[in-house]
Amino acid sequence: MRSLFDIVELSTAELDSLIATANDMMANPAKYAHVADGKKLATLFFEPSTRTRLSFEAAMMELGGNVLGFSEAQSSSASKGESVADTARVVSCYADIIAMRHPKEGAPLVAAMNATVPVINAGDGGHNHPTQTLADLLTISREKGRLDNLTVGFCGDLKFGRTVHSLIHAMVRYPNVKFVLVAPTELQVPDYVKKDVLLANNVEFVETTDLMEVIGDMDILYMTRVQHERFFNEEEYLRLRDSYILTPEKLKTAKPDLCIMHPLPRVNEISTAIDKDPRACYFKQVENGKFMRAALIMMLLGLEAK
Amino acid sequence: MHIDSIKNGIVLDHIKAGKAMELYRVLELNKLECSVAVLMNVPSQKMGRKDMIKIAEDYEVDLGILGYIDPGITVNIIRDGELVEKHTVDLPEKITGYLKCNNPRCITTTEQELQQVFKLANRETATYRCIYGEAEHK
Repeated sequence: MRSLFDIVELSTAELDSLIATANDMMANPAKYAHVADGKKLATLFFEPSTRTRLSFEAAMMELGGNVLGFSEAQSSSASKGESVADTARVVSCYADIIAMRHPKEGAPLVAAMNATVPVINAGDGGHNHPTQTLADLLTISREKGRLDNLTVGFCGDLKFGRTVHSLIHAMVRYPNVKFVLVAPTELQVPDYVKKDVLLANNVEFVETTDLMEVIGDMDILYMTRVQHERFFNEEEYLRLRDSYILTPEKLKTAKPDLCIMHPLPRVNEISTAIDKDPRACYFKQVENGKFMRAALIMMLLGLEAK
Repeated sequence: MHIDSIKNGIVLDHIKAGKAMELYRVLELNKLECSVAVLMNVPSQKMGRKDMIKIAEDYEVDLGILGYIDPGITVNIIRDGELVEKHTVDLPEKITGYLKCNNPRCITTTEQELQQVFKLANRETATYRCIYGEAEHK
């Protein structure tokens, strides 16, 4: 039995296989409509994340399975003081697989140490969110036709942005991928990511505070939100919130086939005027996420389409 | 100063000078009923000065913790007055129940019965990370 906590646990061959399954599912949904008949997914969301929860639930429904769960800690036994370990043991009696979102880092690992069914990390604090990275990888693969030979730009909060760290982690394995990191000085990629991931893999990267200086080099521009919930200090949050806002003017020097991504929800980092630009891929990312989650559920449950 | 040799037990030798009391506390040697000798600042040809601990009974020593606190320690097992085993220690791959995670977002801050476990992330820099949120131990 296998769980998933971090994108780096998946080999390149497994990522390729998940991408292939998701693409096939998008092309032939009927082939997958009964793959998980009789199976149940429990979505245990100890903090609200409507988007991720609905994506998991929709993914299970695409496969013909059923879903149960809760959407915030207040409506679970956690509000009575139950431990994550006990919740995982109990839910294992009801469901075949668990997707867990928790504000505390490492909670899904604790769940998996005690559950008797696979556990998928659906986001643990500022730590990992591997299924977002799966959505990102499918989006890049579909939009660019490859995962190698790319210049990938990240812009916004690169310090607390776990989706950024995970995608960097996932993409350093592909040949000739370069990174351009655009953030205010206070929100740059942490040193350990630079040292342990980028430098350790001899990956080329540039750090800058000026988006306009580098936007023309990028094949991918991954925008992120400065997340209120990651700040302990309100003043600091307000000062950095509006650091980078992508507008049609800023896209003038960008490549015509740039792929603009965002893990959503967006606050104001991407002007809505860009939504109709063919380079805007962030809503496609949402759909891709559902199919990658479905492919992952199949993999962890050992299910195959006939 | 003369401390008698032990007949059966353990001698922790080549402890970095000044570290013996920390080891004494961490290994909870105060809870043993046998004689324990803590020698500090002993002249040493190899180290200049060193500490030693002699424990006069069989005792299952946690080599991992020793390796973390001072990777230069030698562990000598004595039986009937003879040295029968000699171990050197090294940084352990995993440390359980000794280090504490300082990450305020870690699950161990709210579920305090969870065992604190750290894994060696980089041997050169002796960096350990919490297995739950992967925060570096500082």
